[in-house]
Amino acid sequence: MDLNYTDEQLAFRQQVRVFLEAKLPKALSSKVKFGKTLTKSDHEQWHAILNEKGWLANNWPKAYGGTGWDAVHRHLFEDEMTRAHAPRIVPFGLAMFGPVLQEFGSSEQKDYYLPRILNGEHWWCQGYSEPGAGSDLASLKTTAVREGDHYIVNGQKTWTTLGQHANMIFCLVRTMKEGKPQEGISFLLIDMQSEGVSVEPIVLIDGEPEVNEVFFDNVKVPVANLVGEENKGWTYAKFLLTHERTNIAGVGFAAAGLESLKRIARTEQSKGRPLIENPHFAAKIARVEIDLMAMITTNLRVISRAAAGQAPGAESSMLKIKGSEVRQQINALTRSAVGCYAMPFVSEELERGSNTLPVGPDYAASVTGTYLNNRKLSIYGGSNEIQRTIISKAILEL
Amino acid sequence: MNFDLTDERQMLQDTLRRFLKEHYSNEQIKALAQSSNGYSSETWTGLAQLGVIGALFSEQDGGYGGAGFDLALVFEELGRVGAPDPLLDTAILGGGILAAIGNEQQKALIESIIEGSLQMALAHAEPQSRYELARVNTTVRGDGPDFVLNGHKAVVVNAGAADQLIVSARSDGELASQTGISLFLISAKTEGLTLQDFALVSGGRAAEVQLDNVRVDASSLLGEEGEAFDALELAHARATVAICADALGLMETIRALTTDYLKMRKQFGKPIGKFQVLQHRMADVLIEIEQARSAVINLAGHVDGERDEREKHVSATKNLIGNIGKMIAEESIQMHGGIGMTEEYELGHLAKRLIMVDHRLGDAEFHLERFIDIAVA
Repeated sequence: MDLNYTDEQLAFRQQVRVFLEAKLPKALSSKVKFGKTLTKSDHEQWHAILNEKGWLANNWPKAYGGTGWDAVHRHLFEDEMTRAHAPRIVPFGLAMFGPVLQEFGSSEQKDYYLPRILNGEHWWCQGYSEPGAGSDLASLKTTAVREGDHYIVNGQKTWTTLGQHANMIFCLVRTMKEGKPQEGISFLLIDMQSEGVSVEPIVLIDGEPEVNEVFFDNVKVPVANLVGEENKGWTYAKFLLTHERTNIAGVGFAAAGLESLKRIARTEQSKGRPLIENPHFAAKIARVEIDLMAMITTNLRVISRAAAGQAPGAESSMLKIKGSEVRQQINALTRSAVGCYAMPFVSEELERGSNTLPVGPDYAASVTGTYLNNRKLSIYGGSNEIQRTIISKAILEL
Repeated sequence: MNFDLTDERQMLQDTLRRFLKEHYSNEQIKALAQSSNGYSSETWTGLAQLGVIGALFSEQDGGYGGAGFDLALVFEELGRVGAPDPLLDTAILGGGILAAIGNEQQKALIESIIEGSLQMALAHAEPQSRYELARVNTTVRGDGPDFVLNGHKAVVVNAGAADQLIVSARSDGELASQTGISLFLISAKTEGLTLQDFALVSGGRAAEVQLDNVRVDASSLLGEEGEAFDALELAHARATVAICADALGLMETIRALTTDYLKMRKQFGKPIGKFQVLQHRMADVLIEIEQARSAVINLAGHVDGERDEREKHVSATKNLIGNIGKMIAEESIQMHGGIGMTEEYELGHLAKRLIMVDHRLGDAEFHLERFIDIAVA
């Protein structure tokens, strides 16, 4: 048992710090720090900077242009990125689709798609959930019917995050109606510019159009866009879900959120003293910080097992639940901390191109929006109810 | 012991519920959020004509109600639809202070409030006062026969639509002292008064109010100079009944929506309401709403009584409503899943409004501490 990083790991962390200090544009880190929505070009700019350094694909093997880092190095990198308020790497192409393709794709597919993820030519989004298939993903109904060397795709996907920026979508589609629902699903790649694809934004309760509905109306998709075997898509989807979970605890976000909460609580006043000196409020901060400290170690325990070659299984469900709860608590405390200045509705959509003055302190502007938006943390990627079911079945064998 | 409504109140409840149901669909609420006042003048006039505003004032003040239970009844109905009408600001805070300490001329405005032709706002809280009623940093000094006010008032709800503002200012005493606070009735058009108007997460609108050498004469003073704290406290107690009853109405609608959704939404081949984990959580929601209802009844029953008992119930109820409101807003979104996160579905507005209740008139934290001071320590 040794809780310390090795000298090599510490040197690596220092290297990341120096890089971020030099290369992270202040305009981007300031947006992240104040919870502003990043534009498509903000994301593209940051991806290009990381790609130039060779650090964009931090969970890919070197052979595909990745860093080849183990889980501990990835964790150190992600942690430093979050502390520096760097934009998060958009996960759909890099963290989700890339690893699936590397594992199950043909060599032609790998040669074509992987470089385009790295150079930004393709912006991927995820076509999983449907209006009738959320927690019960296997009940999905979007169909792909083979006609010659094409599939004809019909149906609808929903909750497609940042789909408005994407030009490619990886989809789970139904290619067989017989048998168990899981057995008739295929993993299909669709060009969003194809005829018959349309995207409708969904405005969320924070007023931002972060997610979308994607409609497919007789969309022709070349058979060459099938990943792996027909009707084996569920296996690939499950593989992807474990990759989606590598940074599932979001400890970096929690730590950054806690730091921001403390900063705000030092500025806000309660009865003429800094709010952070109020014992009731301080106790609430302390409770969540204590929880976070333990969670950081739980996270590292799972990570170091992963670095030793053991794929995280149901442990990632545990990290997802605890991680989302801690972050949501921090968001709620931050909302409380700003008092009456949580009340103004700040819409970035409306702000753009208008001259409205900010209301209240600058740190308060995005606090309610972030609180509302992060209710999603316990809903998406398999709701916390689903995660608890996984734990009770896979670990407790109940 | 009798927890039933009187016949008159039952009639008012039925009429008001029908009226609000007609006037507030989710689409209408969303349209109002974009409007310049944040509410509809026609609906406001309709409420006045139904006698809803009059029900918030005593007979002595020209109304026909005004007791804690009248307030609770009206605001629970408003809450059920998430109505953004500024009744709390115009009638309870504005009208309430006029009724408590206004002179004959000032009290005459209550008639216009009850008719629906006058809007008011209370400009009291300040950027760093954090719910503390006596912490007033805005200054007033005498200048011959006039008073001159300077300061910054934070998130003044309904200020943009208000014809008259009531502004608190300190003429004397330490920053957080209960003595030395005066209230002034000021026309919204007065020179030196600047409003920065914005929409609220809860619906409705508010403004940052800057007072830059605002000069008024002695006829603007409400009550005695430096002696306004008691009236402020009483108005806030009555406003707490209103906002807590509003929250209770929100909770009832949210519960109904969520229960319906659990029955309707199918996953894994059955309605998700058949899963025990959701059944138990929904049962907890029900239990907490009953607690919230009892707390509102407690407060409504004591708000017209003596001060110590009243203020103990103000803090107890506002604390409980704050905590339960957060739990119910969060649980309802969670149990809905993705659809609960969307602006289009009606839960969004109601849940946000419920969350925002904890940012007005003191949050759960503030009232916990205050309750400890009043009743525990």
